[in-house]
Parts: sequence; C-alpha cells; structure tokens
Amino acid sequence: MKEIIRYLNDIIKGLCTLVKGMAVTGHYFFHPKLITTQQYPENRATLKMQERFRGEVIMPHDANNRHKCTGCGICEMNCPNGSIEIITRMIETPEGKKKKVIDKHIYHLGMCTLCNLCVKACPTGAIVMGQKFEHAVWDRSQLTKVLNQPGSEIMTDEKE
Amino acid sequence: MTTTTLDFDTIKTQEYLVNMGPQHPSTHGVLRLVLKLEGEIVHNVDPVVGYIHSGIEKMCESLAYHQIPHLTDRMDYLSAHMNNEAVALCVENALQIEVPDRVKVIRTIMAELQRLASHQLWWCVMGMDMGALTTFFYGLRDRELILDIFEETCGARLTLNYSTPGGVMFDIHPNFQKRVKDFIKYFRAKLPEYNQLLSGNVIFRERTIGIGHLSQKDAIAWGVTGPSGRASGFACDVRKHHPYSAYDRVNFNEILRTEGDTYARYQARVDEMSESLDIIGQLIDNIPEGDHQVKMKGIIKLPEGEFYQRVETARGELGVFIVSDGKKNPYRVKFRSPGFSNLAALNHMSKGVKIADLVAIMSTLDLVIPDIDR
Ligand code: SF4
Ligand code: SF4
Repeated sequence: MKEIIRYLNDIIKGLCTLVKGMAVTGHYFFHPKLITTQQYPENRATLKMQERFRGEVIMPHDANNRHKCTGCGICEMNCPNGSIEIITRMIETPEGKKKKVIDKHIYHLGMCTLCNLCVKACPTGAIVMGQKFEHAVWDRSQLTKVLNQPGSEIMTDEKE
Repeated sequence: MTTTTLDFDTIKTQEYLVNMGPQHPSTHGVLRLVLKLEGEIVHNVDPVVGYIHSGIEKMCESLAYHQIPHLTDRMDYLSAHMNNEAVALCVENALQIEVPDRVKVIRTIMAELQRLASHQLWWCVMGMDMGALTTFFYGLRDRELILDIFEETCGARLTLNYSTPGGVMFDIHPNFQKRVKDFIKYFRAKLPEYNQLLSGNVIFRERTIGIGHLSQKDAIAWGVTGPSGRASGFACDVRKHHPYSAYDRVNFNEILRTEGDTYARYQARVDEMSESLDIIGQLIDNIPEGDHQVKMKGIIKLPEGEFYQRVETARGELGVFIVSDGKKNPYRVKFRSPGFSNLAALNHMSKGVKIADLVAIMSTLDLVIPDIDR
C-alpha cells in the first residue's frame, strides 16, 4: 500500500514540475512582445553593427581619392597569417627626389582572422576595420582585394 | 500451433563495438567515441581525438608574442577571453611588467562575462542533449546580450583577441558600465527561469541524479578541474587558490558539491553563474582610472627561461607553458587544456551506464573539441 501511495505521489509531483516549466514557456507564448528574435535578413535596412565591429580591413579614401598609407609595410609584418602583401614602387617627386610609395596594398580576406593587429600597428592610421559582415562570394578569388583604389595617392601636406 | 518461448538464460550475447561520432550531434564537434557495448550497456568508452587538430602549439613557435593570443581564441572558443588572458599574463610575468589596476579589473569583468556566456550556452545545449529543445532558445536569448557587450567593447563576438600582452586592445566603451549593469539586473531576474525549466524537471532529475559518479579521489587522480571537478568536492578553483588579475579583491564562494554525479555537475555550473554575477557586481562600479595598455616594445622578447601561468576558464584550469630562448618567437609553447583532462575521465565515469546516460555525462563535462585537439 505504501508503495502505491509513493508511486502516485511521484507521478503527481512529477507532473507539477512539468507544469512549472510549461508556465514559463506559456508566459512567453502569451506575451509576444518579450520575444527578442530578429527577422534577418528582412531587417537589413535597420540592422547596424556596433562601431568597433570588426568586419573586414578597409582603407578609407577622401574625396580627392587620397589615402594615408605610406607603404611602410608594418601591417604586413604584424599580420600573423600573411593576409596582407605590400607592393611598393619608386616615384620621382617634383623636387627630383626618389620616393617610395604604395603600389598595391593587397588584402586576402579569406585568410584574415580579423584580429585587429594590423590596424593597431599602422603608424598613420591608414587602415581601419569596416562594418560589412556579409562576405559570401561565388569565387574565392573575389576575396583578395586591393585596398588602395586605382589612381589614388597619398595625402601629402595636410594632416587629418 | 506451436509457440516458441525464449529462454533468456541460454541466449548468448556478445560485446560489440560501435562508433559514436566523429559526426554526432551530441559530441558537440568532431569527437569519436568507440563504445564497447553489451546491448545498451556501455562497457568501455575509448575517445579518439585529433580530428580537428590544428597545430596551434606548433604555430605559436613561429609567431611573435603579441600575435599568439589571437590563435588561442580558436582553442576553447567559448572561453576566448580567458585564453587570451592566460597568454598575456604569462608574457607579463616573464617580463615582470605590472599592468595598471584598470586593466586587471577590466580583464576580470570580461572573464566573468565570458564565463557566464559559456555556461549559458552549456546550459541550453545540456537541455537539448536531454531532449528539451526549449532550453536552447532561452539560453541563447540571454547569451546574446553578453555577446552584444563584447561586440561593443572588443569589436568581436566570439574570437575577441582582447587581452594582449601589456593590457587590453581597446579601452572600455562609454556604454560598457551601463550595459553590464542592465545585464546583471536582467539576468538575476531570469536565472530562476533556468531552474523552473530544467533543474526541477522530473525527467531531467531522474536522468541525472546518481548517474556518472566521480569520486573526489578519482577527480584528483584524473585531473578533472573546473565545475566538473568541484562537483566531486575537489577544491580546484584557480581564481580562489592562486588569484590573478583582480580576483584577490572580490568576495565570492567556490562552489563545491560532494555528490559527484551528473546532477551535481549541472548544479555547480548553474550556481557558478550567480557567483559570476556577484563578482561583476562588485567590480563594475569601481573600475579604476588609468591606462588600458602599458607601452610595450614593438618586438617583445622574453628572457631565456620557462614560464607558466594558469587561469580558470569556464571548463577548468588552463595552463600556458612558454619556453623561451631569448628570441622574438617562443621556443616551445604548451597548453594544458581543461577539456583534454576532463575527457580522460569519461571512460571511468561511464562504465555500466546506458548510451543515453553517456550523452548526459558527456554534456556535463562541457567538452569543447578544439580545446581538446588544439
Ligand atoms: S586583421 Fe589580423 S589577420 Fe587580418 S589582415 Fe589584419 S593583422 Fe592580418
Ligand atoms: S597600411 Fe599603414 S602599416 Fe600598412 S603599409 Fe600602409 S601605412 Fe604602413
């Protein structure tokens, strides 16, 4: 007899714990305002990443197509996995001096671990982290980018 | 009509081997377990590791010291901050640099947030392993808020690379304190939900209490650390016994339980969540002013010698051992990862249980496979 009572007791107690759990889920069922799910990609227009979000390395250019990169190669040295290649060329300045400028700042997004070391190391602040996070492409080669735009040159006198 | 009656005493059964994994939903990654079964009873578990071995220790030998933390993000990705911190502390100790108080406090807060995020994910996956899909959404809902805090200050959600030798990558974001305080208030109110949904649930209790027992002696013998070890009564909290960063200036309890079964390991983690909230609550209002980074040389060179540092990650004790020959790259780096030692005890704990219980035991060990394989 005792056994049966204990058995029934266990069933009732067990059911109570289940109801307790159901109360939590039920609460959310009847309060849809509390649900925090985002409707991505429908909310693309309003979805904004935080300002420090590290999406990819970019090189900002001003209105005259000028950037701040001197071609020093420090970012290339600091990158732990060889995602950056710096190719420089020599030009002759109007005063007749030889000067090294950046030819191509090649960035392999496919290899980049977004560790921020290059951005931190760059002495002129020429590269920053971009906010884009939808990086899917059809072909791997599209992940290799040249960060300095064609025809761009370095900001010379003014400091911004 | 003749009826055949089975005589169970004379039927011969034989042991057989079954592969669980490497692609199995409840091994949480590419872990292969070779099970020796008799019927549904597990006689032996033989873990086969190495499917996602990425050679992080070897890679570290060719990296400079400020580059190493970013690789450790990829070991135990749920304790990324603590991994970064371990390397940073080890390098700082070797160079005998004293970091500003501000850095210490920020690191501690971040580590506790990371521990919370990790335990939340573990909690929802634990429920899912036991067949309760609901918990998955509730855990992730709360974890998302911590990841938002990380994203605002560190710039990343998972692979933070935030602690660097000499300090932290960025100073905290102006919103940081407010957000964290909001989160503490929010999560304190939500934590009881966790207990209502899972801890008290009759099915869950029946399946966990008394299953997968690990005695204190065995926990010490196998080196099971973290909440799994503490559930067996092994006082192994590095934060308490060998304080680093700002853990010496906060009051918190080391969660110790004596039962050593699956339910105790579960409860130890849930209790740890509220301890973490306490630690953050004590620190968040008095973050000292100061720099977030000491000026370091462009190329860090450690003096010749051997250096060891341990920290408490969400899974247990992580040790970083660096051998330096005075050059800019380490001569050898070794990580003592908690997951690897905890997995070693799995066979011992799961002898004689059913396969379904094995899943529950594995879940309470909170294995992260890249942490095991490295
Ligand atoms: S973010 Fe890191 S991995 Fe990516 S290019 Fe910069 S240094 Fe290299
Ligand atoms: S991006 Fe910066 S670090 Fe890299 S080459 Fe240009 S100036 Fe130097």
